[in-house]
Amino acid sequence: MEGKRNVRICCLCNERRASLKRPKTLQQICTECFYLAFENEIHQIILSNRLFSRGDRVAIGASGGKDSTVLAYVLSKLNRVHDYGLHLFLLSVDEGITGYRDDSLETVHRNQIQYGLPLKIVSYKDLYGWTMDEIVKLIGLKNNCTFCGVFRRQALDRGAAFLKVDKLVTGHNADDIAETILLNILRGDIARLSRCSSIVTGEDGPIPRCKPFKYTYEKEIVMYAYFKKLDYFSTECIYSPNAYRGFAREFIKDLERIRPRAILDIIKSGENFRISTTTKMHEQGTCERCGYISSQWVLIDDQSSSGDGGGSTRCCSSAWWMFTVTVPEALRSISHVCSGGGQNQEKNKEKGGSLHGCIHGKEDEEMKVVFIDKGKRFSAVQSH
Amino acid sequence: MQLTIEFGGGLELLCDSKKIHHVNVEFEQQNEEDKLTMRELLSWVQTNLIKERPEMFIKGDTVRPGVLVLVNDCDWELSGQLNTSLEEKDVVVFISTLHGG
Repeated sequence: MEGKRNVRICCLCNERRASLKRPKTLQQICTECFYLAFENEIHQIILSNRLFSRGDRVAIGASGGKDSTVLAYVLSKLNRVHDYGLHLFLLSVDEGITGYRDDSLETVHRNQIQYGLPLKIVSYKDLYGWTMDEIVKLIGLKNNCTFCGVFRRQALDRGAAFLKVDKLVTGHNADDIAETILLNILRGDIARLSRCSSIVTGEDGPIPRCKPFKYTYEKEIVMYAYFKKLDYFSTECIYSPNAYRGFAREFIKDLERIRPRAILDIIKSGENFRISTTTKMHEQGTCERCGYISSQWVLIDDQSSSGDGGGSTRCCSSAWWMFTVTVPEALRSISHVCSGGGQNQEKNKEKGGSLHGCIHGKEDEEMKVVFIDKGKRFSAVQSH
Repeated sequence: MQLTIEFGGGLELLCDSKKIHHVNVEFEQQNEEDKLTMRELLSWVQTNLIKERPEMFIKGDTVRPGVLVLVNDCDWELSGQLNTSLEEKDVVVFISTLHGG
């Protein structure tokens, strides 16, 4: 039995009292050595993966939570210390969730001042005319995370385009990535499985995204924030009943307790999967309607109520949701959004015209969108 | 025994959103060498401070995986976790890592 009064000495400096056990190496180290090791590892990851070039404009996706707060802090420090020559920005998305995002955005506002980084906030309301509060009112709690995730992705792209940045960095940590790899295996989502473990994604798209914390343990991020007394916000989103992901997360945490390396090993496995060339993949396509990337939705049927067969429209999740904004004519004319197979018709969004949007919640993480465009009925499901 | 107990990372929501608790923990000393350990403290905290969703805090006989514990700013993994013995005026911190980032 060890008691805490047996003070352990840092195994790196052999001077100061050890303050934590690193999950990655099981080393017992003091806070000073920890800060150095933590920052240096991220610096090495940035260099070895050539995440940035001098002069790059880089947006940090900032939610006010622990990961993005630590990322903003560490990245501005590394940029200063190692003279990366980056122009850093904070980019936040306001989903319009009362009691959650409004509070966390206050944290981002404080971070803006603390780290001296310019901040841009893009809101669902401004971009799409809907807040998440309004969407949940309409579609209920089922599947709302999927929607929100897709919307956020696009909102970040818009914000990044507004800031004219070259790259977007997010605070996804090793635990998050291990969890996503596992989740994609559990769903048989081969396309995402091969993408999700990359440190840089979307290089062929408008704005590449990267994850400097890909190999950084959540435990260390939280310890870093705690010891440095960084100001972050930690409340679970009020609309997140994502049970399937919750199980994967819990499983990862259980594994970590028994063998912390498990997290890095799952990532290693993810990186080294070779997908059989005969596997049918849903390619990332472009939505014919709104022009945005559509990895999530594929048309499954297009019965025509007017008797003609309908086209091969491939539709993105924004089908029902973007109607009021960006989208050109076809979608601008949507007059109905309904959920649960036609109930809860929403008429106050009526813009006139003949396009109707429908959304059906199915099991967890799966949904079907039905919409009617000029008399033709289209259905689309998520591609996994 | 006078202790300071802190909750962070969202765990404070389980105890009326109060982060810092100055508490007096009484425990039965069977003999003189008996010390209060984290094992006893956890069950005391669960009974006396946690008001809702205890499953976010405890799993089995210890904290839920993903909850970090520090005793006087030292990771409890260095001091024997549940067997960490406590002394007067110690500060015990519980931080959840499970909330969104």
